Amino acid sequence: MGQEVLLDIKDLSVEYVSGGGFFGRNRRRVRVLENLNLQVLRGETLGVVGESGCGKTTLANSLLRFIRPREGQVLFEERDVLSMDRASLRQQRRQMQMVFQNPFSSLDPRMDVLGIVGEPLVTHTSLRGKALKEQVTALLVEVGLGPQFVDRHPHELSGGQAQRVALARALALNPKLLVLDEPTSALDVSVQAQIVNLLAELQERHGLTYILISHSLGVVQHVCDRIAVLYLGELVELGPRQGISESPKHPYTQALFSSTPVADPDRSSKRIILEGQVPSPSSPPPGCRFHTRCPYVMDVCRMDRPAAITIEDGHWAACHLL
Amino acid sequence: MEPILQVQDLHVVFPTPRGDVRALSGVSFDIEKGQMYGIVGESGCGKTVTGRAILRLVTPPGKVTGGRVLFHGADLLLKSEDEMRQLRGRRISMVFQDPSAALNPLFTIGQQITGIMKRHGVAQGAALRERAIESLTALGLGEAEQLLCCYPHQLSGGMQQRVMIAMALCVEADLIIADEPTSCLDVTIQFQILDLLVKLQQERTVAIMLITHDLGVVAETCERVAVFYLGRIVERGGVRNLFHHTKHPYTQGLLAALPDPRNWGTTLKMIPGSVPSALELIAGCAFASRCEYVMDICRRVEPPLLPVGDDHLSACHLYAS
Repeated sequence: MGQEVLLDIKDLSVEYVSGGGFFGRNRRRVRVLENLNLQVLRGETLGVVGESGCGKTTLANSLLRFIRPREGQVLFEERDVLSMDRASLRQQRRQMQMVFQNPFSSLDPRMDVLGIVGEPLVTHTSLRGKALKEQVTALLVEVGLGPQFVDRHPHELSGGQAQRVALARALALNPKLLVLDEPTSALDVSVQAQIVNLLAELQERHGLTYILISHSLGVVQHVCDRIAVLYLGELVELGPRQGISESPKHPYTQALFSSTPVADPDRSSKRIILEGQVPSPSSPPPGCRFHTRCPYVMDVCRMDRPAAITIEDGHWAACHLL
Repeated sequence: MEPILQVQDLHVVFPTPRGDVRALSGVSFDIEKGQMYGIVGESGCGKTVTGRAILRLVTPPGKVTGGRVLFHGADLLLKSEDEMRQLRGRRISMVFQDPSAALNPLFTIGQQITGIMKRHGVAQGAALRERAIESLTALGLGEAEQLLCCYPHQLSGGMQQRVMIAMALCVEADLIIADEPTSCLDVTIQFQILDLLVKLQQERTVAIMLITHDLGVVAETCERVAVFYLGRIVERGGVRNLFHHTKHPYTQGLLAALPDPRNWGTTLKMIPGSVPSALELIAGCAFASRCEYVMDICRRVEPPLLPVGDDHLSACHLYAS
């Protein structure tokens, strides 16, 4: 893993317009992502963690331009994905692929595995017939599925098998970047281990860069080189795996990492229990968005947005405490 | 003191066109009064079916085909449907995984909580409202009075789940069956709820049967645990024994597969293969096809659940002595 930037996200802001009512009187702008800046290095695995409503899935969808952000740029090898014309975007999509959370929702129930994994090849290449089937079979073998799976339909697959099919499809065009949105959340522990190991293997073999979005901190800590923490549409902390896990600096990160149940009955570390619920994204708190739940809240937190403070090389957090 | 719940050799079968699916094959365990008991396993292991079988709510055409379920010494499987209706929601309560599916969207929270209490004759008149507010407050829900007028969709997932638990507590059940009560919730909320559950359980000596796939949750909240695999209990006992002196290859496999800060970035130890189909009639141990310690006897004789230590049983030929 080098220091070369593969993906540069600049000032990304995404808004949804919600509500309507009569004559649009109740329309509200919900800022789901606010001025996000993030760089992804070639060959790394970057984890994005946060709870529901923090904007992580929106981020994933923006990177691949499945939704149109209000502002910002997504520079892939210095070319802005968000402002490309359609022909260029089509080519661009070969480089960036996504694996979605629930494999059964992302696989067409009426297509067989050959059709599903072959679809990107049919769309972007001239492979057909026997050659296509051979390529699909090779991809299936790579993800640990035998050639007999080409005839199966999604309902005949287990969760783990379906996720492998989704992976095979994502790898079909030899992408450089894979965005994985909760790839193991719907899976059992033992299957999760298989998929995690497979992801590591594939990354090594193909020199892939991963953005791993997950609320499963155990998995994120296990596989990621760096971790970015999102709260209510904003990045609150970013740093290397060790730094963030062992000495998180933002109170939210601290609470998040202390909340994971650990499989050890004798573990007696201090739990940080946050009061209250996550505020609605349609009316985020003024100042620091986390101040309504922060155990260390001060007056300044209610009024001013905290700036990003560098803790050490590659590790920063946005908090007035620092 | 007699355990509040004694499940003995429970069998549940789902007939299907392709044959009988053996959802539970001889499951036995006891829950003491006021105890937090964990039922843990992966999908398809039979943990949810166990909870439903106890309440006689197995989805047809599935049915209980053998065994006894003794609640305060009386066999629930022999009771009439009327008698079960008296018990359900009153002496034995259930908290489901998805609170938004379990709460009625057409009625306010107040109507649902007081409705349960009225139905079971737990309180009347003004006391209904008071007890509802009391239960909600005990669950850490501030402004409980306002909450009574809200509809479920106006609440977040965490709040809905607390309402479900409040409903289970306000009738003063002896046993709460909680099926994955926090799986749908965010990590930080999950911990708030679990904490509350443990606290309330201790204050009111309610027994809780906590069904989950999350070993971390079990380790932190339960006193005793039963590990399920393909409709059978493979290991059972005190939580410390199970986690620190594991004596079944499946449990060991599960624990080894968990990401652990001591071995970041390394290959996770996997359990090879996959769970056999529940349609198959397996001779011998259900886990034999995936066990790294498999011996000849494992493929021929099903290992009985035998003591392997103090308050610790395992169904394994390797550890039986």
